[in-house]
Amino acid sequence: MPLDTSDRGTPLLEMRNMRKSFGGIHAVDDVSIDLHAGEVVGVLGHNGAGKSVLMKMLSGAYPRDSGQIFINGEEAHIDNPRDARDYNIETIYQTLALADNLDAASNLFLGRELVTPMGLVDDAKMEAETRKIMNRLNPNFQRFHTPVAGLSGGQRQSVAISRAVYFNAKILIMDEPTAALGVEETAMVARLIDELKSQGLGILLIDHDIHQVKALCDRASVMKNGKLVGTVRVDEVTEDDILGMIILGKKPEKGVE
Amino acid sequence: MAESTDKTDLPQQTRRNFLDTLEIDTRLLGMIGAFVVICVVFDVWTGGRFLTPRNIFNLTIQTVSVAIMATGMVFVIVTRHIDLSVGALLATCSGVMAMTQTAWLPGALGLELGSPMIAPIAILVGLIVGTLIGSFHGWLIGYLTIPAFIVTLGGLFVWRNVAWHLSAGQTIGPLDPTFLKLGGISGTLGASGSWILGLLATGFSLYLLFNARRSKLAHGFPVKPMWAELTIAGIVSAAILGFVWILNSYEVPARRLAREFAAAGKEMPEGYTEVYGVPYSVLILIAVALVMTVVAQRTRLGRYIFATGGNPEAAQLSGIRVRLLTVKIFAIVGFLCALSAVVASARLTYHTNDIGTLDELRVIAAAVIGGTALSGGIGTIYGAILGALIMQSLQSGMAMVGVEAPYQNIVVGIVLVFAVYVDIVYRKRTGD
Repeated sequence: MPLDTSDRGTPLLEMRNMRKSFGGIHAVDDVSIDLHAGEVVGVLGHNGAGKSVLMKMLSGAYPRDSGQIFINGEEAHIDNPRDARDYNIETIYQTLALADNLDAASNLFLGRELVTPMGLVDDAKMEAETRKIMNRLNPNFQRFHTPVAGLSGGQRQSVAISRAVYFNAKILIMDEPTAALGVEETAMVARLIDELKSQGLGILLIDHDIHQVKALCDRASVMKNGKLVGTVRVDEVTEDDILGMIILGKKPEKGVE
Repeated sequence: MAESTDKTDLPQQTRRNFLDTLEIDTRLLGMIGAFVVICVVFDVWTGGRFLTPRNIFNLTIQTVSVAIMATGMVFVIVTRHIDLSVGALLATCSGVMAMTQTAWLPGALGLELGSPMIAPIAILVGLIVGTLIGSFHGWLIGYLTIPAFIVTLGGLFVWRNVAWHLSAGQTIGPLDPTFLKLGGISGTLGASGSWILGLLATGFSLYLLFNARRSKLAHGFPVKPMWAELTIAGIVSAAILGFVWILNSYEVPARRLAREFAAAGKEMPEGYTEVYGVPYSVLILIAVALVMTVVAQRTRLGRYIFATGGNPEAAQLSGIRVRLLTVKIFAIVGFLCALSAVVASARLTYHTNDIGTLDELRVIAAAVIGGTALSGGIGTIYGAILGALIMQSLQSGMAMVGVEAPYQNIVVGIVLVFAVYVDIVYRKRTGD
């Protein structure tokens, strides 16, 4: 599929011809998507359409069978989560990927601990940093010494989000960030997405809520059975058009790239 | 964000009661409570023979071997694995060290028996062998993804019988005299050495407490009231110095002293006494406990061990090399088994085939009684050591009141199951 990128220069992220199969089943089959700085692209589709697998190839959780990833036009070699982090790709997983037995600060800095000159982990410093970022994202958050297992869904989500935000993500993958949240917290996430977007991050948003996609995303790439149905500019299509793509795999008449 | 607002936004911690203010771990308190009850009950039952300096000394040196391995077992169980091979691995390391000091070094290298180089070389060889075998287990588990239960069950058969093969089934002894000093009663610090150690340990603990408070204040975090801080400091100092005082109250029997003087060709002065003090083996345990606690709480390795135990997938997604981590954990256990083998064989003064038999179960029980959760992610080093101490006290106490060995094991088994049940109830209540 030709990508229409001529008008906006080099995309921040480009995934070309990505493939991944599990035991003969093509979970992701020749999918290409792109993402610009300051843009939110929705990645939509039924359960099992291959959205999460595609995102996990970008975040380094799954090695890809074939395909290329370009960041700012240069090919990126992402074979594990550490590589992805080196390219400032941060992921908020649907499961949140938190170690339930550790507190907020330990989770925020997991794998990237701040250490003292002696090489020991600096818990006080990490807690101080966590308090700062939480103050910005979720000022009500006060339980810094509780294992995250004891936190509410929204509080756990704030920990997962703060982890992505703290480390200056350039590309942010959000896998159903509001699935487990109440109305107020969902609004908080929506505000955050707008704020990050205005800071120039590129955000890939997996979501099932079409209203939310219409409200938050600039474009949407729809997948079905591992294949890309198409990418549309959200403003130029109706909700029904998007639903038609998700359910029937049918491209709308206009708004397709 | 201005610094000042950060600080005013800090929560005012509510302190519900006395213990809350002291910020003492209630689980630790519970274990100490159980230990005290056991001690008092047996002391009354034996008519005051349980809490004598002599028995406390013996209890301490009997606990060391299992306690050292239990600290490593904490890491294994925290990452949702198990190690059934520690007793067998101890036997192999013990066999290697016994053969090194009695046969290989004097034979192949021509070192004279009794040479001061024998003990260090033998110990080094044992530690290397233990670490290598442990790493091999870790590689099978981490990289080949064979379940730890199976790898170490196989290891139990293999290493128990490698130990048998090394010595051709024979008991090897007596071991090198320098080596024997690490077993307990044959190597102690004596009175002044023990007091110096006690004072150093007290000073170090107070420094740590003070430092922790200063660090919290520097970041503007809430701290305990000063009186609570001082209470803790007082309890810690009293515990350390009290322990030294008890071990320093155990006098070397006069007959033994007389023998030593006679051996040196001297006359023993009238009224001469000497005390044992802190055994070197206990020093080893203290060092292991310190290092392992630092590893668990203040290093990335420890953080990754607990994170992996809490959520292996999250650990992986955070870029932690989980497979390599498994190798490291089992290498640590292998090293600790070798260290335990030094203490255990030196305490016996010889190497036998059945050394460390059933230790794997004692070690697992110690870790579990000490609050390590088999579901992973939770466990403490001090808990495992206390667990080992509780088990040893039970066993020694029952032996002293004349309970026969089979009944002792029945009681220990019941206590293990009961302790875990209490822990489950405790966790449910506190929501931890």
